Amino acid sequence: MVTPGPGTDPRASAAGSGPVPKRRGTELALLGFAVLITMAAQCIVDITMTGSLTSEVATFGAWFTALWLVAHVLVRRFAPYADPLLLPCVAVLVGLGLSMIHRLDIAGDQLGSNSSGEDAPVQLLWATVGLGLFTAVLVVVRDHRVLARFAYTLALVGLVLLAIPAVLPASISEVYGAKLWIRVAGFSIQPGEFAKICLIVFFAAYLVDKRDVLALASRKVAGLELPRGRDLGPVLVAWAASILVLVFERDLGSSLLLFGIFVVMLYVATERASWLIIGLLLFSGGAFVAYQLFGHVRVRVDTWLDPFAYADEGGYQIVQSLFGLGTGGLFGAGLGGGRPDQVPVAKSDFIASAIGEELGLFGLVAVILLYLVLVERGLRTSLVVRDGFGKLLSAGLAFAVAWQVFVVLGGVTGLLPLTGLTTPFLAYGGSSLVANFGLVALLVRISDAARRPTAPPAPTPPKLTDAPTEVVRP
Amino acid sequence: MTSEIVLQAFRFGFLLLLWLFILAAFRVVRADLFGGRPGRVTSVPPRAQAGRKRRGPRHLVVTAGPLSGTRITLGEQAILIGRADDSTLVLTDDFASSRHARLTNRGGQWYVEDLGSTNGTYLDQQRVQGPLLVSPGQPIRIGQTVLELRS
Repeated sequence: MVTPGPGTDPRASAAGSGPVPKRRGTELALLGFAVLITMAAQCIVDITMTGSLTSEVATFGAWFTALWLVAHVLVRRFAPYADPLLLPCVAVLVGLGLSMIHRLDIAGDQLGSNSSGEDAPVQLLWATVGLGLFTAVLVVVRDHRVLARFAYTLALVGLVLLAIPAVLPASISEVYGAKLWIRVAGFSIQPGEFAKICLIVFFAAYLVDKRDVLALASRKVAGLELPRGRDLGPVLVAWAASILVLVFERDLGSSLLLFGIFVVMLYVATERASWLIIGLLLFSGGAFVAYQLFGHVRVRVDTWLDPFAYADEGGYQIVQSLFGLGTGGLFGAGLGGGRPDQVPVAKSDFIASAIGEELGLFGLVAVILLYLVLVERGLRTSLVVRDGFGKLLSAGLAFAVAWQVFVVLGGVTGLLPLTGLTTPFLAYGGSSLVANFGLVALLVRISDAARRPTAPPAPTPPKLTDAPTEVVRP
Repeated sequence: MTSEIVLQAFRFGFLLLLWLFILAAFRVVRADLFGGRPGRVTSVPPRAQAGRKRRGPRHLVVTAGPLSGTRITLGEQAILIGRADDSTLVLTDDFASSRHARLTNRGGQWYVEDLGSTNGTYLDQQRVQGPLLVSPGQPIRIGQTVLELRS
């Protein structure tokens, strides 16, 4: 059931009833709130950990505020009807992530074990780059429907981006056994993060084209509407591609992410549950074979089933993460009060467990709710926007965020095997942050189209009320 | 001792701040769902508004076809239905024309007009030739799509 937002309400655009609410003021107020939360977190971290506030906090605050101010002005200028909640939710998540990374930086300094230097300023820099991509997307893509024209180009770009690390020599592309990086001159990029968005755009355009065939042609087998054999093609290709990613890049996460997104978009496009079942079956088959064939998958699954049995080897991370979450309890140890630095790679993969330890269950649930609001706005945009491509694209983007959060939090809390996906916006990592800024820019663009009042058709036909004929009621 | 109190204040204060943000976000979500901010409803005399709305149908609902479930709030303006991108209701139906039909409001009552479409617009079983009065619940069929007015 679609309840029309202000943008779809034709009454609102009628002459004399005032302008449509753009809700930019709401956005600005919430962004201010988000900056306040971030600054509070930074100050608490500094006071708790070092006992003093330095001028760095002011520099950080000014930079961070400027970042969102610029984003806000851009949205005001280029997407005035955009959803007012997207940016503030992202701002809080990015701010919380930055504070947590800063906190782990200090812990590293104090223990003298910080080998990589300060990571928080780097992350802030990446956020600025992300804002650059956000700007570029908003300025260049004035109408999201244009993207559908470049669907096959974007698919090619996406596949090339996915394939690059697999082709490159391991010295450039391998980190912790996963070959999904390009490391050049001190920078490391995960092209898969950008490939994800390109492929979602392609899936949306492709499925809008083909959904009637995929939805209507069917055979009924055992009460379930099954698609024809030849229509299984695309889902099999997506499946094969994700398996190839798994084989060549040894990356469970991207493989799971891509396949999940494709199956769900197929389901959204066709409204047929049989696609979900087919997807699940293919996934189970693939997972079983992967478990049999690949050592690294087996290690992940074994440590998931019984992390404490492997506490000294592969299970160390997850065991530390579980201890951290346990220490955090309901209200957490307070920012700077816990020992989240005990978990290896707490800044990127395990930032959720660091938040769980320091802010407790209440804090972690708050973070999950922020994601929930973000995803809800995306899905709502998908309901309200009037063209099929926009609907599928925004649903796909929103689902990508939700799926990623689910898989990561599942991994950190021991619900699912660890996959090495990043928590969007929170985790340390340039490519993920920049790519997700691009994702939000697309959502902002589509939500602008969704909430924009419908322009009256250009050549106004004579009004019925002015017509001389009299309508005779039957 | 004081520092311990300060730390505890920080700990709970920050959680409070985080949840206040979520509360604020939910208020915006709620305002979007039910229209208008919760506190602002009293500023409009509720009876007058209700009285104005009572006149005639308030929603156009798609009951069958690919867009099934879509609901458009009716206002004063005419509703243009077709495959053209600037239509109020953009159909993705192969049997619809780019400018297929128009719903027009006249004194709170809605009339459907066919805009010279190829496959026609049907009100109940009757093909729409000139403007026809649509009463709530009467199915309007365009290709595979069926619409009806709801109050």
